[in-house]
Amino acid sequence: MDFVLNFPFFSIMICMLAALSTFMLGKRAAAVVAKAAVFITLILSIVLTVYLHECGESFVYMMGHFPAPWGNEIRAGELEGIMAVFTCVISLLSLTAGSASIRNEIDESKQNLYYLITCLMEASLLALIYTNDIFTGYVFIEINTIAGCGLIMIKNSGRAIASAIRYMVVSLVGSGLFLIGTTLMYSVTGHLLMENIHESVMGLVADGSYDVTLTVITALMTVGLSIKSGLFPFHLWIPDAYSRSVAPSSSMLSGMVSKGYIFLLIKIIYRVIGFDVYKASGVFNIIFIAGIAAMIMGSVSAIRSKYLRRMTAYSSVSQIGYIFMGIGIANDAGAVAAIFHIITHGLTKSLLFLAASSFTGKKEDIKISDLKGMGHKYPLSAATFTAAALSIVGFPLFAGFVAKMLLANASFTEGWKMYAAISAIAVSTILNVVYFFRCIINLYAYGGFDGKDENNGTLDLKSDTLIVTGYERAIHAVSISALAVLNICIGVAPKLLSDIITKGLNVFD
Amino acid sequence: MSLNGKDKKRYYTVYRIAGALLVLILAASLIFCMFDLPGLFSADHPGENVVAERYIENGIEETGAVNFVAGMILDYRAFDTFGESNVLFAATICVMVLLLSQKPSNGKERCRKDTDTAEDVVSETTEIEEIEPLIARNDVILKTVAKFAIPFILIFGIYVILNGHLSPGGGFSGGAIVGSGFILSSVAFGFERMEIFLNKKSAGIITFVSLLIYCLAKSYSFFTGANHLESGIPLGTPGNILSSGLILILNICVGLVVACTMYSFFSLLRRGKI
Repeated sequence: MDFVLNFPFFSIMICMLAALSTFMLGKRAAAVVAKAAVFITLILSIVLTVYLHECGESFVYMMGHFPAPWGNEIRAGELEGIMAVFTCVISLLSLTAGSASIRNEIDESKQNLYYLITCLMEASLLALIYTNDIFTGYVFIEINTIAGCGLIMIKNSGRAIASAIRYMVVSLVGSGLFLIGTTLMYSVTGHLLMENIHESVMGLVADGSYDVTLTVITALMTVGLSIKSGLFPFHLWIPDAYSRSVAPSSSMLSGMVSKGYIFLLIKIIYRVIGFDVYKASGVFNIIFIAGIAAMIMGSVSAIRSKYLRRMTAYSSVSQIGYIFMGIGIANDAGAVAAIFHIITHGLTKSLLFLAASSFTGKKEDIKISDLKGMGHKYPLSAATFTAAALSIVGFPLFAGFVAKMLLANASFTEGWKMYAAISAIAVSTILNVVYFFRCIINLYAYGGFDGKDENNGTLDLKSDTLIVTGYERAIHAVSISALAVLNICIGVAPKLLSDIITKGLNVFD
Repeated sequence: MSLNGKDKKRYYTVYRIAGALLVLILAASLIFCMFDLPGLFSADHPGENVVAERYIENGIEETGAVNFVAGMILDYRAFDTFGESNVLFAATICVMVLLLSQKPSNGKERCRKDTDTAEDVVSETTEIEEIEPLIARNDVILKTVAKFAIPFILIFGIYVILNGHLSPGGGFSGGAIVGSGFILSSVAFGFERMEIFLNKKSAGIITFVSLLIYCLAKSYSFFTGANHLESGIPLGTPGNILSSGLILILNICVGLVVACTMYSFFSLLRRGKI
């Protein structure tokens, strides 16, 4: 066995060990340890992905001395590798870019706990990505949920705690539904390992037994995971959770945590229930319609909101709609487009939140009309914010454009879904333009203090600005530029990424 | 979006009816599925397959644990249990994040360093008494019963932990028993006496060291297992107290973590610090 194949296991364990050691460390050492652990994990994931891209196969890795149906195992292919790379990139850059926010907005005695929760989150996300067993998936969903609450409520304000409670309640409903689905699945198949379940499900479908139960299981798992990722009718926890937490928390929650659940759903569709069985149950159509509703309603809510981070959070709702629409198109190209959009949206949204952190300062949120003149005060943040906004809108040369194009292309063979998907993309794009260009125009407008709005003018912001050291300013600049450059790289040369995703999806089942 | 009172009421009614309908639909479909499911104790239940067979037939020789459940959760499916103990760890951290925010003594401690006179110390202890008015300080019945009960509770807890691989129980349940002993002791004799050996520092060190041992031990066994190396850990004779390889050590680690977690939850909820 090649040594490289140990890397998924190493990356999970390194993050866990880092989480443990930050428990005993002071805030500075904790920051260093957490960033180093995530960085090492990033390197390991890149090496693994390159290795798997060259050999073009997937492998399973025994966790312990017993082979799969008896023991636990994890599985890695190109797709898992690239997802791991991308979660590591987002959490690393969120930690580096957000170090000023973490230092200013979190109680001094709790800062090491913030890094601890981040490492735990990273480890559980990696385990969620690599898992080959639905019960292991459930266990790490639990860690993810609890760590997500921690990330929101660590900001020591009543509103943050209130939104953490809301997040927890909604999220636990989602995990509960997923758990019920898992137990029902175990009752009818007798297995927890993905391959074995798939085999038994195929047998059950051929027999025609338990067809109602299988549909219920499919629905429960889908609804559970879509509640946790914030699909349209279940999105009400998103705006509070993303806009009231610390900037790096919102960046990580929107960029990778909700995406981990979507990836698990794709894994369940392809590897557990089976694409054809899933398609026959008709749940794809429901996902598709919910996705389209999310695309439109999320954008409408974003236009209605007056505050910057809240608007960005609502924009997440609409982008998650795009991803679910891609899955709901119900062909391989749709799934590739959805995974592509998972990655591009993760990079873009975390960039938006991290760049917005320089405009908001210590305040929880900022009115969009108060952004006037910020583009001249913080040129780099404004430029990267603009780049991310253009990417979300779907401007050519940016990653978002490629994602939207792949989504539209995928729908061409699907009859009525083509009309629905393309008109939804068109409408949603126009709505995206409306709310993002309002911000960009405000950012670069001169004036700032306009005399009418005396209490909330830009001048007052001075008292709310973060206390930022030179090092933190530099590393913030480097991190957000790295995210922007990555975005443009994917936009200019999307071939590599889409190849990896397509090949990874082919070895999925 | 501002709603006047009447509209709000109407919305609430709609939400309630919709919520009730949703719950009813969910319940109906689950009940339907329940009747559709295979009988739990029938021989043709899908769960009665190769997996369960091997756990029961080869469990003892492969893991060395007479208690199948311990062998299953700590050896066969150890990765799940590792995740599960991290759930506990994450929960502890989140409770700390939430409850450490309301620490009433933080400001005073700083004051005490500045002034450091005897009067301040005295006033602080009285204030602590005010914060903990519910602690029974002179309850003779409670103290007497606690004096008798606590040793038995602790010994029973330790017994359950140490015999986790031989009899029902193990780290999670035994740790909960030990933790309840700690809680009883702190209720009867006050937190100050518990703090002598279980304070923030020692609880942190115990949790850290046990989870570290757990993490390293399991990493070793995962690594050797996946690379098809011999682990070199003797399984011993099944039935002996020193048997079943790592399971005993893991049970002790889990038990310590659970005991500390139980006590620190209680302490955090009671007074905002460990």
